[in-house]
Amino acid sequence: MPLDHSYVGRDYPVPEPYLVSREKIREFAEAIGATDAAYVDRDAARALGYPDVIAPPTFAITVIGLGAQLMISDESLGLNFGRVVHGDQRFEYTRPIAAGDQLTCVVYIDEITSRGGHDFLTYRGEVRTTAGEPVVTGRTRLVIRGDQ
Amino acid sequence: MSTGPVRLRAGTDLPTRTYRVTRLDLVRYAGASGDFNAIHWSDRAATGVGLPGVIAHGMYTMGLAARAVTSWTGDPGGVLEYGVRFTRPVPVPDTDDGTEVVVAGTVKPAERDGCVLLALTVTCHGDRVLAQARAVVRAG
Repeated sequence: MPLDHSYVGRDYPVPEPYLVSREKIREFAEAIGATDAAYVDRDAARALGYPDVIAPPTFAITVIGLGAQLMISDESLGLNFGRVVHGDQRFEYTRPIAAGDQLTCVVYIDEITSRGGHDFLTYRGEVRTTAGEPVVTGRTRLVIRGDQ
Repeated sequence: MSTGPVRLRAGTDLPTRTYRVTRLDLVRYAGASGDFNAIHWSDRAATGVGLPGVIAHGMYTMGLAARAVTSWTGDPGGVLEYGVRFTRPVPVPDTDDGTEVVVAGTVKPAERDGCVLLALTVTCHGDRVLAQARAVVRAG
């Protein structure tokens, strides 16, 4: 069944702030094999002008994913996750995520279209500090394959 | 070949980075990212949805390409925009060697002041697995 286009504009705020730890950044950096000193060495991060170790660019998805998970589990939207393919991903950074950040995230459904029996859903994850400072915006396009 | 930061001048071809990807890497990425979709660790789940076998997380491949970007720039916090289109899955066989993802890049002018655009070519066995893969980074 095609997705209900009236869900455009719906938002999914993550209820609790995400506290970014040095250990989580290290774990994520190691998982992609990245050895940049700024991910693990506070002095190296400070030398580049950051208050503490910073996270790899795609770490933002772990925060935005919490909001996306709320959208995916919204039964009234009815996204069949078994049929979902990640189509596009973009990030626009105001600044890198750093250890010690307390982040909020709201996921907004920006667009739903249907074409050729498939649905396309674009959502935007806005990540800010709990003080309201913008940090990163993610834009994701999902393809929901239709019944063949 | 040098693995350190590179001078980012428009027109420069960046030194290609080659990354080995095994099943263990996918398990580690699943834990670090929280994406436990079974198509990234179970052949049974992957073939059940018509895939040839376990495939890498798209975000893992995007992360590897970002690893190349920051290896070239030397400042991971200088990445201001980064985007990709996922065009083809990266199958990861259950072998010691797994597979390889190759990231090449060219420096181009960017519209933003003080920045350059890195146009990335990301392949697995010669097939492009990401399209429109671009990062806008501070030129330093």
